[in-house]
Amino acid sequence: MGKDKDVMSSNAAVAEHHHVAPGDPPHIHHMDSKTAYGAAKLGMWLFLATEVLLFAVMFCSFAIMRYYHLSEFHDASHHLNLKLGALNTAVLLFSSYTAAVAVTKAQRGDNKGVIRNFGISFACGLIFLVVKTIEYTGKAEHGMFPFVWNEHFYEYKNFLGLYYCMTGLHALHVIIGMAVMYIYGIRPAMHNRYSGRYYTPVELGALYWHLVDLIWIYLFPLLYLVG
Amino acid sequence: MAHGNHHSHDEVGHVVPESLFLKVLIALLVLTVVTVAAAQVDLGKWNIVGALAIATVKASLVIYFFMHGKYENRIIWTYILIPFILLAIMIGGVFTDDPFRSRPQPVQVTQQS
Repeated sequence: MGKDKDVMSSNAAVAEHHHVAPGDPPHIHHMDSKTAYGAAKLGMWLFLATEVLLFAVMFCSFAIMRYYHLSEFHDASHHLNLKLGALNTAVLLFSSYTAAVAVTKAQRGDNKGVIRNFGISFACGLIFLVVKTIEYTGKAEHGMFPFVWNEHFYEYKNFLGLYYCMTGLHALHVIIGMAVMYIYGIRPAMHNRYSGRYYTPVELGALYWHLVDLIWIYLFPLLYLVG
Repeated sequence: MAHGNHHSHDEVGHVVPESLFLKVLIALLVLTVVTVAAAQVDLGKWNIVGALAIATVKASLVIYFFMHGKYENRIIWTYILIPFILLAIMIGGVFTDDPFRSRPQPVQVTQQS
């Protein structure tokens, strides 16, 4: 009995020391919350570094293929729809802005603000995917889609191969980013989970979404503008 | 909400005001318009140099402000910069190697009359 009391009082001391409040996530007891936050963020940045390297291989392929097939790349890039590409750029930049705002809202304990701003980013992700589908459909109509509608695909196979690989992998990241924003941002915020003391998942989710935006910042001029 | 902008010992990270993010967004959109406009002028090989330079400015804005890079420590900045250094090494390595390789020439078949 006495021992239990000791344990309880020592737990209370730990809780006091780490400023644990009711409603804090359980792991906050194991680590100082600042240390946990810093470690989680460092891990996320390491993951983002590997993501950049994944795309780096494709950017390197793009550079060398463009070097060998300059006129093909030049002609093929004119077949892409510049207006839709620019629209998607604006949509992603705006969604990145709302994702950044969502972090500030979480830090202020404004869970409704997290839902609203991540919700806008999520909707922008949907708009991006719809526009991308329209673009792919347009390519298919002109016979520039691999394997199936490919009457003109082989005239521009080097450019189009990289175009579909890069934008396809990017679109996959958009879908994953939307899932991350819903699972780690919107849903917990519906239960008022975030405050100035704990908002790590919101910041890490936003970091992932910014990476998606960052990749597109390079993809847009390379694919649509300079070929 | 209740705590507003002030820094108490409870807060674990830097709180960036929304107004700063809005300024960054406007800068990013303006730079996008500049990229599209610059691509309409034929500057030869400088088109791609300019486009990549503007893209790098945009990427820096996103990392520095949206991703809170401004407030991060040296370890995180190491993680930010290493992939770009590795990309430069990879592209540099490919371009100093591949174009100088000898390739078998296609065999010319001529028909004798």
